[in-house]
Amino acid sequence: MSYSPFISELIKKLDAKEGDTLSIKNGEREYVGTLMPHHEFSLDDIIILKLPNGYNIGIKVSESSSVKLVSRGIIKEKQPRPEQHSGGKTVSVLGTGGTIASYVDYRTGAVHPALSAGDLVAAVPEIKDICDVKAEVLFSIFSENMKVENWQTIAQEAADRINAGVEGCIIPHGTDTLGYTSAALAFMLGDLPKPVVLVGAQRSSDRPSSDAYTNLVSAARFIVNTDASEVFALMHASSSDSSAAVHRGTKVRKMHTSRRDAFKSINSPVVATVDFEGGITFHAEYHKKSGGKLRAQTEMETNVALLQYFPGMSPSVFSKILHESAGVVISGTGLGHVSADMAQEIKSAIGGGTSVVMTSQCLYGCTNLNVYNTGRDLLSAGVIPGEDMLPETAYVKLMWVLAQTSDKDKVFEMMRSNLHGEISSRREINE
Amino acid sequence: MSDEIVCGIEIHQQLDTKKLFCDCSTALVDEEGQKFFRRLRPTQSELGEIDRAALMQAEKKLRFIYQAPEEVSCLVDADEEPPHSANNDALNIVLTVAALLNAQPVDEVHFMRKIVVDGSNTSGFQRTAMIAMDGHIEINGKKISIPTFCLEEDAARKVETKAGEIIYRLDRLGIPLIEIATGPDMHSAEEVKEVAFALGSIMRATRRVKRGIGTIREDLNISIPGGARVEIKGVQELRMLPIYVQNEANRQKSLLRIKEILLERGTKPASEEYVDLTEDFKSCESKIISSAIKKKGKVFAVALPGFAGVMKSADSSLRLGSEMAGYAKTKGVAGIFHSDELPNYGITQEYIDLVRNKLNLSDDDAFALCADDEKKASAAIVAAVKRANMALEGVPEETRDPKPDGTSVYSRPLPGAARMYPETDVPPIAIGEQRMSEIFSNLPELPKEKAERIAAQYSIHIQQSTQLVRDGKDEVFEKVSVTSEIASVAARTLLSTLPELERDGNDISCITDDIICTVFEGLSGSRFAKDAIPGILKTVIAGKTIECAVEEAGRSLMNEDDAAAIVSKLVQERADFVKSKGLGAVGPLMGPLMAEMRGKIDGKQASELLKKEIEKFLG
Repeated sequence: MSYSPFISELIKKLDAKEGDTLSIKNGEREYVGTLMPHHEFSLDDIIILKLPNGYNIGIKVSESSSVKLVSRGIIKEKQPRPEQHSGGKTVSVLGTGGTIASYVDYRTGAVHPALSAGDLVAAVPEIKDICDVKAEVLFSIFSENMKVENWQTIAQEAADRINAGVEGCIIPHGTDTLGYTSAALAFMLGDLPKPVVLVGAQRSSDRPSSDAYTNLVSAARFIVNTDASEVFALMHASSSDSSAAVHRGTKVRKMHTSRRDAFKSINSPVVATVDFEGGITFHAEYHKKSGGKLRAQTEMETNVALLQYFPGMSPSVFSKILHESAGVVISGTGLGHVSADMAQEIKSAIGGGTSVVMTSQCLYGCTNLNVYNTGRDLLSAGVIPGEDMLPETAYVKLMWVLAQTSDKDKVFEMMRSNLHGEISSRREINE
Repeated sequence: MSDEIVCGIEIHQQLDTKKLFCDCSTALVDEEGQKFFRRLRPTQSELGEIDRAALMQAEKKLRFIYQAPEEVSCLVDADEEPPHSANNDALNIVLTVAALLNAQPVDEVHFMRKIVVDGSNTSGFQRTAMIAMDGHIEINGKKISIPTFCLEEDAARKVETKAGEIIYRLDRLGIPLIEIATGPDMHSAEEVKEVAFALGSIMRATRRVKRGIGTIREDLNISIPGGARVEIKGVQELRMLPIYVQNEANRQKSLLRIKEILLERGTKPASEEYVDLTEDFKSCESKIISSAIKKKGKVFAVALPGFAGVMKSADSSLRLGSEMAGYAKTKGVAGIFHSDELPNYGITQEYIDLVRNKLNLSDDDAFALCADDEKKASAAIVAAVKRANMALEGVPEETRDPKPDGTSVYSRPLPGAARMYPETDVPPIAIGEQRMSEIFSNLPELPKEKAERIAAQYSIHIQQSTQLVRDGKDEVFEKVSVTSEIASVAARTLLSTLPELERDGNDISCITDDIICTVFEGLSGSRFAKDAIPGILKTVIAGKTIECAVEEAGRSLMNEDDAAAIVSKLVQERADFVKSKGLGAVGPLMGPLMAEMRGKIDGKQASELLKKEIEKFLG
């Protein structure tokens, strides 16, 4: 809620800015404090002051209140910090919007992201012992607002940095859609000569308990100290501040809304763990660094949809999507099933030229359309089995594949081939 | 003299609700539960400033191990899930206490994050909100201001401190606390106690605060003229408050005296440069030194020119040495040696001469020694010199931990102005008129009113009822006092018997309200005589269960026939006396009678038996 017209007018008349000291008198009571931003959930007749003891309180302001401007806030100019070069390897940090390292303005409570490499090093001084950092901000958006063109920008920029000679790229990213971006980058960047590591934080970096710093430092260590070169996602391996897990970009999924160890590798082992106090251990085969140049293939067919099947799903409601999309990924039940009437609708859509890929909403395990009648019907209808791909990865892959070829057989073949670790041929017992 | 003291208190009292920001219950448990570990890093302000207390904590590079017992901690406590909305009961309790203390609620409550990086909060901050302001209480006709009423979450419970590691249990984290801070309006140790007791009984009046050791903690802010503000944090025993106040005032006076002596001598700040005497101490018999050398540690010595005699004076009234040790200990060493306490601890005159020689010291000069791991010893000896040099300025501002003996020990510098920023995960709460009118129409009885009512209702003396309320024993008293006869026994038990047992050296902390209830249930059910109560309590203190104690007391209860036989025997023995006094003999004979039957029969019953027997005897 914003201010009432009365308070808006009052603040305008006083020319009061956030950070200025105000006096508010209601009857005998006078409050003096720093004007703070109005909270979205505050009532519209409330002005929030930060008292000298540090507490914010909301004060009701009516026509009978007397509000005065006591003094202007002192705006502290922050000096830009010089970049320091240690002579080590250079790692490029391409910011996309997460406040991976930030400063709190205790005057207004606002959290400012560290925008320059100098600021970043000031916030994470450990990193300068590992590498030289070249930090840039590509854009500043929440990950739920991330679009296909953002993936394309990141891929292109990362390719440019790698071709310019950096040892690898760190992409700080909001966690909600981090798995989609990592999959998209994996297909767009292909067999890349230097690694791209997406990192996020489940606790924002303005908190002393933030996981942002350890994740960031671990990503830098992983890039500098190993020969692995893929698109990875790196996050805490457990609730403890003990180690980070390095996940393959096409196999990683956010499996918890809030825990530090929300990210899991699904249907494949974690590629490596970075111990915060010890070494780096690999648990799987990986693609190695090389000296070649990188050409990003960023074209995407954006007319692709991801649908989750649910009991009672009505063919008529989804008919338009199925028929008018170039491709549809379905997150089916169990081994990869939908109801008979939906199967009928899918068959008709495939006939009309739509590429349909079947994945499982179980997430864990492989699809198999040979076991039950429903599956066999879908197969004969031309549904492409998504193997053990995550529905999200299959969705991103289908966009990329459809941009590479319009040949249906080629699409079928590419979707069923393991291009960048998105399909596992075997799943271990103890996962 | 004590008039010079300026003192304010801050009371933290746990509320008896669920946790403040989650649905966990609020009990302390023995179970350790799952474990995880974290580190915290101080966050920077926009200018890269880091709070000095926060920085000192972070320099220790500690690992924090958290024990998360299942029933009393959840993902919120583990800092793995955002906080839920603030507990409404807890908010209403604070508003009630504020109303009882004449304060004004804020119009809208905003929770803040107060940065704390000692590990006691998994998040690295404590959530706290100002609920009301500008209250006051009158004590002996004097108005004591209470500027702030806050609602905050309690910190995790420290279970163990090891080298480089602190273990916390999450059961206490998130328990709602009301925090009441008085102005610096108190000027004597006794006044501090009076105010603390009065505020305690007002909070208890809500009947929604936790009871027992550790559920209330007090911070004392103390200074004397020329001294400095020192905060003694976390006093748990109210009755110890005046002792801490007096001891702190004395400590500050002694530090001012030390400053005077040093200035008179013209002592200058000592250099922090120390020398390595490991080789020279190789065959020293001091246990601490030899064990440090054995572990490849170092022995460092530093000269303190002009500091002799103030580190520890002959009468122990000047003790700069123990202040220096306090600072040194924060660097992880067990302590330091200083020249005023030597020879001692296995360090002989021979070694003292050696050090004095090496450091080129004269009679007015002192020295300090530290033996430990090289890094620790070097940090510790520098900290000790820094503290010695502070003595030239007088009393340093600092936070101190209370010790059970009434003294305190240095813990850290006073935190700078609290670094707080909004807790964006918790929405603001408007305190509407409707909520306040409900609070006002449900205000609990104030302590004074309560004392008056209890005195009238249970026919006990107003002094007794006032004492019951003040000590927080009114609740259990009212629970057990089913008749006015039992009420007088209950008052006596709570106000005389228990304190007497304690004075005799018994630990009465095991006598909980539940135990008292069981005792009085037994008494109401005539399972034993009231005189048996002290015995029953002693049995429980000795370690038996209350059921067992009650049963033992019951077994010795005499049946009426046996009692009548004893009475009859007594009357026969004193036949002449009874004949001469008639019924007037009842009083005098009660003494010898009860000497034989105490605890086995009720006094009143005995007196009736005696009267009947005498009547029978006289025909």
